[in-house]
Amino acid sequence: MSLRNNQAVLLATAASVLLVAGLALALFWAPEDADQGFSQRIFYVHVPIALTAYACFGWAAWKALRLLWTREPRYDLESYTAVHMGVIFGILTLVTGSIWAKISWGVWWTWSERQLTLFLVLFLFYCAYFMLRFSVESGPRRANLSAVYALFGVALIPVSFLAIRLAENFIHPVVFTRDGPQMSGSMFLVFCVCLAAMLGLFASLYTNELTGKRLDARLRELREAVE
Amino acid sequence: MIQAQGLGRRFGSKRVIRDLDLEVRAGELLLVTGPNGSGKSTLLALMAGLLAPTEGEIEVDLPRGRIGYLAHEALVYKELTALENLDLYGRLYHVAERRETIGALLERFGLWEVRHQRVGAFSRGMQQRLGLCRVLLHGPELLLLDEPYSGLDASARTLVDDVLTEAAGARTLVVASHEPAHVRPLATQALALV
Amino acid sequence: MTYFADVAALARKDILLELRSRDTLPAMLLFVVSALVVFHFSLPSDASVTASTGLLWIALLFTALLGLGRAFTAEREQRVLDGLVLAPCDRSAIWLAKSLGVLVFLGVAEAVALPAYALFFEPVGWELVAAVLLADLGLAAVGTLLAAMAAASRARELLLPLLFLPLVIPVVVGGVGATVADDPGRYLGFLVLYDLIFAILSWASFEYVVAE
Repeated sequence: MSLRNNQAVLLATAASVLLVAGLALALFWAPEDADQGFSQRIFYVHVPIALTAYACFGWAAWKALRLLWTREPRYDLESYTAVHMGVIFGILTLVTGSIWAKISWGVWWTWSERQLTLFLVLFLFYCAYFMLRFSVESGPRRANLSAVYALFGVALIPVSFLAIRLAENFIHPVVFTRDGPQMSGSMFLVFCVCLAAMLGLFASLYTNELTGKRLDARLRELREAVE
Repeated sequence: MIQAQGLGRRFGSKRVIRDLDLEVRAGELLLVTGPNGSGKSTLLALMAGLLAPTEGEIEVDLPRGRIGYLAHEALVYKELTALENLDLYGRLYHVAERRETIGALLERFGLWEVRHQRVGAFSRGMQQRLGLCRVLLHGPELLLLDEPYSGLDASARTLVDDVLTEAAGARTLVVASHEPAHVRPLATQALALV
Repeated sequence: MTYFADVAALARKDILLELRSRDTLPAMLLFVVSALVVFHFSLPSDASVTASTGLLWIALLFTALLGLGRAFTAEREQRVLDGLVLAPCDRSAIWLAKSLGVLVFLGVAEAVALPAYALFFEPVGWELVAAVLLADLGLAAVGTLLAAMAAASRARELLLPLLFLPLVIPVVVGGVGATVADDPGRYLGFLVLYDLIFAILSWASFEYVVAE
């Protein structure tokens, strides 16, 4: 038990250190962007969060596959927790993306931002995941349904992205251009630190939540055994 | 033929079956008794493979096509006729000489006259009898009967008695009933759930 | 080959059921025409082709939802699905038979909807027909699986649209694009891609949706 505790503490410490370091670097050390000025720095937060959200959904799909393959119930909890984290990071992506859009172009939302639109679709999809889970009693059935749905989600990501790109041909949104960051060496370093920080945050939160849920389940089991 | 170890099944937070060990060998007849809500139907559903255990394990040495499961509901389409329902199951179970087998069963269970009627118009007893036809259609080696006598009048009960007597020894049976008087003489094993 | 015999037996059963009850298909036909009439009143008079095409696709999506909501009611009522799941046939055969049934219903609904659309709004070109046919495949495939999921839940009819709509956004893009864009081939190709990916995924995972 204590070994696992150590691991969790280590993970949390590492994530915190990386977060502080990353934010500090992003705010103070990274070179100022010529076009967008100070506001460009939110890129160091927004994009790593988005990538982490994708990682969450991918992790959830992997765990879902394991569940369907081995039928071991613990994968259900792991998959669910990953989706949960993914939705949180997804909301943060939408929020930071919205802030960035407001700062850059003065609008809170724009359909020309492909990433943002994709996240909106995914957000809807994974919210439905929760609705699905809430309306089915816990047990092997719910685990199976959630797993299949999580797999569909991961298939949806590239298909949706393609669809959004294709849709631009006839939807004609007001196009705001933003040069993809041609990152200099130091910018890239800051980006990597922030990415590692976000992934570390995911890992830490994920482990904590999973432990918490497992404890809840164990408590329930013990309570029943006593009855 | 059936082996269970530490078998448990919960629905949400409710534990219906708890830490059950059992073994049923070929040719045996297991009688499962217990009050309502004790998990008889759940146990049979677990044996049929409709439910997966939440604890422990259960192993049935037969492929799906060799198992016959009679549930509370008849598992037939109300909008189709008795004949059409049995024909569908006959096709799905790849029953040889489908028409003859179906005809014989319908006759045996007194449903031949109403074979072209919608099942929705059947009485409870008739639906139960149709369910019995469905269960015997493919000549299963393992029969799982959940309350086979329910809804039946006296004459229909003797039909079930005949089925059990015929099958005992030749096939393996698990019968759940809360009127076990008819079945007890034939049973080789008994399990009382609480 | 017994696989296709099983699918045929199940599909026959579905057609028989619909012929007996005759409720789903007429409802779908009436719904799609009513929806188109409503759209006439909700569109400004100078609306573009893109706008009216978009509304047609919305009408088709919701007609599909209507049909899909009924897809597993017969099985659910009497727990017949348990009977089918216990049969030795591959569970994916149940999905295939059901999808074919949904496909036929969608086809019939569109055979009514497209002429109505041509009458009320714009003439219908071959691209639209091709897009509709391709889209039907994807909608039927994914919709049948999701309908089975929803049938297993407490929320049922409430849940199906929530599961369905995000997944079929690409279908709408493909469909509208094929009609209005300069290069319909790209969009039709995209619809084929969608159909392939999600049909295979649905076919492979149906087993886990209906059995534990």
